[in-house]
Amino acid sequence: MLSKIVRTVANQLILFVLVFGLYVIAHGHLTPGGGFQGGAVIVSGIVMLLVAFSSHELSKSVRERILSVMESIGAVIFVLLGFAGLGATFFYNFLAGSPIFGNIPPTGPNPGDFWTGGTIPPMNFAVGLKVVAGLCAVVLALALFTGGEEVEE
Amino acid sequence: MEYVPVNFPFLAAALLVGISFYIIIFKRNLIKLVMGIGMMASGVNLFLVALGYRAGGNAPIYTEVPEGPMVLSVPQALTLTSIVINVAVLALMLALVIQIYRHTGSLDSEKSRTMKG
Amino acid sequence: MAALVTHSPILIIAIPLLAAFLTPLIGRLSGKARNVLVLGNLAFVAFLVFALTRDISVNGIRVYTLGATSPDLTIPEGVMVPVRIILEVDGMSMFMAIIWTIVSLAATIYSLAHIAKETGQNRFYTLLLLMVAGAYGMMFTGDLFNLFVFLEIASISGAALIAFRTRFADTQEGGFKYIVISAIASLMVLFATGLLYGQYNLLNIAALAKVMEYTTLDKIALVLLLIAFTMKTGMIPLHMWFPDSYTVAPASITGMLVITSHACMYAAFRVCFSLYGGISDTYVVGWIITVFGLLTAFIGVTMAVYQTDVMRFMSYHAISQLGYMWMGVGVGLAVLGNPELLYTYGRDAMAGGIFHILNHAMYKPLLFFTGGALFHVTGTRDLTKMGGLAHKMKWTAILYIIGTLSISGIPPLNGFSSKILIYESVYHFHPILTIMGIIVSILTLASFIKAFHSAFMGAELPMYKQIREVPVPMLIGMGILAFGIVFITLFPGQVSRWIIYPAADALIDQLSYIHAVMGVVP
Repeated sequence: MLSKIVRTVANQLILFVLVFGLYVIAHGHLTPGGGFQGGAVIVSGIVMLLVAFSSHELSKSVRERILSVMESIGAVIFVLLGFAGLGATFFYNFLAGSPIFGNIPPTGPNPGDFWTGGTIPPMNFAVGLKVVAGLCAVVLALALFTGGEEVEE
Repeated sequence: MEYVPVNFPFLAAALLVGISFYIIIFKRNLIKLVMGIGMMASGVNLFLVALGYRAGGNAPIYTEVPEGPMVLSVPQALTLTSIVINVAVLALMLALVIQIYRHTGSLDSEKSRTMKG
Repeated sequence: MAALVTHSPILIIAIPLLAAFLTPLIGRLSGKARNVLVLGNLAFVAFLVFALTRDISVNGIRVYTLGATSPDLTIPEGVMVPVRIILEVDGMSMFMAIIWTIVSLAATIYSLAHIAKETGQNRFYTLLLLMVAGAYGMMFTGDLFNLFVFLEIASISGAALIAFRTRFADTQEGGFKYIVISAIASLMVLFATGLLYGQYNLLNIAALAKVMEYTTLDKIALVLLLIAFTMKTGMIPLHMWFPDSYTVAPASITGMLVITSHACMYAAFRVCFSLYGGISDTYVVGWIITVFGLLTAFIGVTMAVYQTDVMRFMSYHAISQLGYMWMGVGVGLAVLGNPELLYTYGRDAMAGGIFHILNHAMYKPLLFFTGGALFHVTGTRDLTKMGGLAHKMKWTAILYIIGTLSISGIPPLNGFSSKILIYESVYHFHPILTIMGIIVSILTLASFIKAFHSAFMGAELPMYKQIREVPVPMLIGMGILAFGIVFITLFPGQVSRWIIYPAADALIDQLSYIHAVMGVVP
């Protein structure tokens, strides 16, 4: 555990990191970004908390059970979105033209419209959820291993 | 880039892959082996991104893009998938190195062998 | 029903994937519900595989485009090349899928009893279903980059499963070697894909085969792809990791890993025959593969003769049998450009190699499962410490005898059918190959008889007085494979006519592979 100044600053900064990560996930179909990239940004914020507080303290707030459930839900939503297009083929963009994320963007350079994309923004959110849970579990497990503790089940 | 007479990114990618082959074959520390594989992944990713470059091109995104040609976008998608997969592979390798160290107490690949013949 | 068959190429891959992600959620509720989910899932996939086989044998190659408005729309409007991910299923893919269905079902039933006492079973079944989905993806894909992705999925879950029992030290080392080799092989495949993409701007195998000119960069890509895939199947001189990884895994996982290495061999065949099949230089490549296959067969069996660890001994035999398959198909590749020789003995050599894949997939997991049964009962893998186990473990001894007679090529079992096909056709190519093959068979039989004698025969040892036969799920798992062996023994002609020769013809016939995706150009 580092000094009190570092802990306080980390507590304030994590909010900005989380908001920026969520922006990167949500605008994946307009600007560079998407599910994995935004998830990695959020996990880097969590690593900052891991360094400021020790891994022992962090494992009291972040339970391994919640991470596992979050990861599975994210992955299941992703595959179910693929199955939902089975009227035509797997992964068919069935939301293009419908009221949810359904505007058709014009071809050529344009200022980006957020409400376009079809199934892509929901898939970005599902992948972001899975990546946050997965990478957070990996980072926490490695930190706890080298701290000398055992992670069972 | 068009003023450099040699294809500089491809040379850099070949150098990265060559040095990492040397590391994987000749170094005995397990952590160095893992770093060598990470370096080889970086070399291959650099090669893929450099394939798509077009002279004077912009990023392949339609939101507020200036005039001119765009670089190819397919190698960027391939590189992104490759980066994600290599994150998983490196995490698994590091977890296994930690377990080998806990069981045998050494990170040297000669001293931590348990199987022969 | 017709809609189900139309969508079945992607359903066969996606349903194990969905079940793999549902397993941790359902496993938290109850263990029995999770077992029912896993087995029911694999049974449904088996039904889909057999329905698709019947459809392919009637209607020919089936393609599936992901994300288009209809599964057959491979080339979009106004574009000349395919742009989406396309799955292409022909006779050879269905052959590998049938093998994988049977073996994964048998291995899952076997693991219900074999790992019943381990903690973390949710993770075991999740990884197992991910490996199943990954190998199906490798067998069905028609796209080079998709091959890379599914190769990595199967390799990562395979390595995690090898290192599953973390209380032993050698499992961790075996898993580490497996993931290092897989990472290097996958990076080489990605590099070769980049080389081909940079020249032709295409990733689809059929589209690449149509425009392929054999430049120097294409030769480099062929070499990289072949080295990567033969490294994953344990060909000489890249075989050092193979016994270390296959010895220490749980026995059901070793059986499934054998089929994963068959899938890598299938990927090498797909590259050699469907991607590079139109060039006239296959003579050199075929000769090199045949020579290395012969060396693999010989060195594998000579290193197996003196082993004392039962699973390590069987994994060296796996290396040697894989050499037989390379030999058979390598001869077919060498005469691919010469139609007269091809139809005299080349097609039969390829059919022999492919038939050997089927037989090996039946008896090798059976032998690994009996080794796992010995480990489950006695707690050790060392043959020098076992003895007299046939008194109590009668069923295991009988299944081991069936496996031994099959691997050595004793008539009338299935190993004999494929080996005689290989010997007779390879003899016309060069006689030394047949002579070395027969010597390898003799040494195989000798080493298996020695192992049987030391493990099962003899007086009953006092320390093994209270052992019992292995639990019923393990016997059912071994029994499924033994039933497969007996079925192929009784009907070799039907099996060869309906499954093997269509697969060999699907590999030789490159033009129909291209036309299924690109359409017939007038």
